[in-house]
Amino acid sequence: MINFWGYSISETRSINYDTNDKSMTEYIARVVPSSKLCIGCGGCTAGCTAGNLTNFNIRKIQMLMKRGENKEAKEQLQKCMLCGKCMLVCPRGVETRKMILEMLNYIKTKLKS
Amino acid sequence: MQQYEYTNKIYYDHFVLPFTIGLVVLLGYLCVKYYKWIKSFPKEERKKIRKGLFSFKTIRSGWEIFRESLLHHNIFKTNPMLGYMHMTFAFGWFLLIVVGKIESMVYHTSAFNPPYFAIFFRYFHPAKETFPHSEFFAFLMDLILTFLLIGILLAVTKRFCSRIFGMKKTTKQRAYDLLILTVLWLIFPVRFLAESFTSGLNGGGSFLTHNAGNFFSGFLPLESLSYPAWWLYSSLLGLFFLLLPFSRYMHIPTEMVYIFLKNWGVKQGKEYNGFSEIQVNSCSRCGICINTCQLNTSCNINDTQPVYFFRRLRNHEEYAQQAEDCLMCGRCENSCPVGINLNAIRQSKRPDILRVTKDTYAYVPQPEVKPAKVAYFAGCMSHLTPGIIKSMLQIFEKTKADYTFIDEKAGVCCGRPLALSGNWKAAQVVMDKNLQMIDASQADILVTSCPICYKTFKEDYLLNIKVMHHTEYIDMLIREGKLKVNALDLKTVFHNPCELGRGCGVVEAPESVLKQVSQKIPTVYDGKKSLCCGGSLANTVIDATQKTKISSDTVKAYAAYQPDIIVTACPLCKKTLGKTSLEIPVKDIAELVAEA
Repeated sequence: MINFWGYSISETRSINYDTNDKSMTEYIARVVPSSKLCIGCGGCTAGCTAGNLTNFNIRKIQMLMKRGENKEAKEQLQKCMLCGKCMLVCPRGVETRKMILEMLNYIKTKLKS
Repeated sequence: MQQYEYTNKIYYDHFVLPFTIGLVVLLGYLCVKYYKWIKSFPKEERKKIRKGLFSFKTIRSGWEIFRESLLHHNIFKTNPMLGYMHMTFAFGWFLLIVVGKIESMVYHTSAFNPPYFAIFFRYFHPAKETFPHSEFFAFLMDLILTFLLIGILLAVTKRFCSRIFGMKKTTKQRAYDLLILTVLWLIFPVRFLAESFTSGLNGGGSFLTHNAGNFFSGFLPLESLSYPAWWLYSSLLGLFFLLLPFSRYMHIPTEMVYIFLKNWGVKQGKEYNGFSEIQVNSCSRCGICINTCQLNTSCNINDTQPVYFFRRLRNHEEYAQQAEDCLMCGRCENSCPVGINLNAIRQSKRPDILRVTKDTYAYVPQPEVKPAKVAYFAGCMSHLTPGIIKSMLQIFEKTKADYTFIDEKAGVCCGRPLALSGNWKAAQVVMDKNLQMIDASQADILVTSCPICYKTFKEDYLLNIKVMHHTEYIDMLIREGKLKVNALDLKTVFHNPCELGRGCGVVEAPESVLKQVSQKIPTVYDGKKSLCCGGSLANTVIDATQKTKISSDTVKAYAAYQPDIIVTACPLCKKTLGKTSLEIPVKDIAELVAEA
C-alpha cells in the first residue's frame, strides 16, 4: 500500500525471552566458557578492523546472541575478518576470536532455519 | 662342469613360502596404493612428475634417500645416539640385503636367483663348499648382523629409558604397533639363532654365528632346533611384510616415494589430497616433534603433535580438535627428519565455515592511496602497537623515502588469519581488496611490519613487486648507507617470530640489524630454533591461561641470558611477550633502530 499520509506504524520491537532460541548462547557458554567473563567494556569493538569500516560490533553480537536473536547475530557475523585484534585488546582474557568461530560453526552446522 | 651343477640345483624348501608370500602381497599392495594416491594429484602436480622423472632431480633424490632413509643424517643432528639407533636398523638391514645378495650372486654366478635365496643363504649353502672370498663374506655378514643386534639393544633401551637418546618423551604406541614392533625386534635375533644353529651343525659362519653355534651345540639339541628356527625367521619376515602397510613402518617405502616427489617439485596445496596421504604415511612416528612442541613442554598437551594427529588421520579417527589445537609455530616442521609439510597438512584439515557471497566484506571502501615508490602496510596488529608504526614512519622520514602508508585509516586484514582457520574463500575476498590497494599505490616495494601479513603477501598474493618485512627493509637501508645507526649500550636477545624465521626463512637480516644497533647475545633459540610467544592466532583450543603459560616460559628462557631488552620483530609477539615479561622490556627491532 502506498504510504499516502507520510506516517506509518513502526515495527514492534519486543524481545520475547521465552520464545527466543537460546540454544546458541548455551552452546557458546559451554564451548567458550571465557565468554562469560565479558564486562562489556567495548574494547574489542574499539580496536576492531571491521568495526573501523562498518557498524560491526562484537559486544552487540554477544548481546544479540544472549537474547536469542540469532538471525540478527548471523547477519553481523559474516563481516568479521578473524584478524584477532579483539582478543589482544580484551582485558578479561575472553577468547573472542574463538567465540566468533564457534558461533559461525554453530550457525552452519546446528542452527535450524 | 661343476659350475653347471651349481646353477641347476633347485634351492627350495617350504619354509621360504611365508617370506615370499608376504613380500609379493606387500609389493602388490604398495603398487596399487601409490598408483591411487598419485592419480589423485592435481593435473599440474602430475605434470611435474613427468618432467622431473628423467632429470638430475632423480639422481639428487637417490642421494637424499641414501642420506636420510638409510643413514638418517637429520636424526643424527637431533641426537647422535638416536641417529645411530635408526642408522643401525635402516643401513644395517640394507647392507644385510645387499651384501647377502652379492654373496649369493658370487656363489651362484648368476644374478637371477630367487629373492629368498640370498635371505636364507646360510640354509641353502653347504658350509664346506667354498667359493671366491667366502670367508670374507661370512665375516662381513656377521659384522653387519652384530651391527643390527646392537641397534636392537639400543631400541629396547630407548623404549624404557628415552632420556639417554635426548628425548624427554617417546611416542606412545598402541597394541597393533607394539605387535609389529615385537615382530621387527625378533627378526634379527631369530636370524642370528637360525644361522648359529646351522653353523653349529654343519660349520660355516664367522666370528659371531660360528662361535655361537659351537657354544649352543654344547647344550642344545641343534638337529631339532635348526630347521624350525628357519621357519620362524621366514614367518617373522612374512608377518612383518603383511603387517607393514597398516603400521607405522609404512614410512619405510613411502618416505622414499615422498623424497622423489618432493625433489620433482610436487607441492602440498591447500587441499588434502594423495600427496598429503603420502606425507602422512611417511611419518615414522619417531616422536621428535613431541619434544619440540611447546604445547607439550609448557601445557602438557600430548595428543595433538603431528605424530598423533597423523595417526588419527591414518586410522580414520576423530581429529577435529587436534586439527585446531596447534600454534602453527612450525617448530615441529623445522625438526621433522622427514621434512613433511606438517603445518600445511593440518591447515588443509580445518573446515571452511564462512559462507562467502559476493557481498561479503562489501562494506570495505574503495581504497584511496597516494602513489609512491614504497608502500607501507603496517597490518592490523601493528595498529595495536603504535610504537612500531611511529618508529617505521621516523625511519621513512629520516631516509627521505618516497613512501605511502596504505592501511593508515581504512586498512583491512591481510587474510592470513582467515586462511589459518581454514576459510580460504573468505581470505581470497579480503586478499582481493588488499590487492586493489597495493596496485593503486604503484609501488616497487611493499614493506610490512607484521610477519603474518608478510608470509601471505609473499606466498599467496603472487605480487610482482618486492615484498619486504621491515627488518629486511632496514637491513637494506643500512647496507646501502642510507640509514646511519649507532650501537646502543644494551644487551639484547632476539626472539625471531615464527612466521618470519621458520615461516619465511628471514633469519640473517634481523640478526645483522640487531648486531649493529646493540650487543646481541647469541642464544640457542637463534634463527629457526626460536620459540613461539604463545599468542598465535592459529590455536583456538587452548585458553588464555595456557597461552600465558607458554608466553611466560618463553620469557623465562630468554631471561636466563640476562638481557636488558628482549627484541622481536612482530607486533603480536611484542604484545604477547610484553604481557608476561614484567622485568625485562620487550621492543620491536624498528623501535630500537629509530632510537639508535
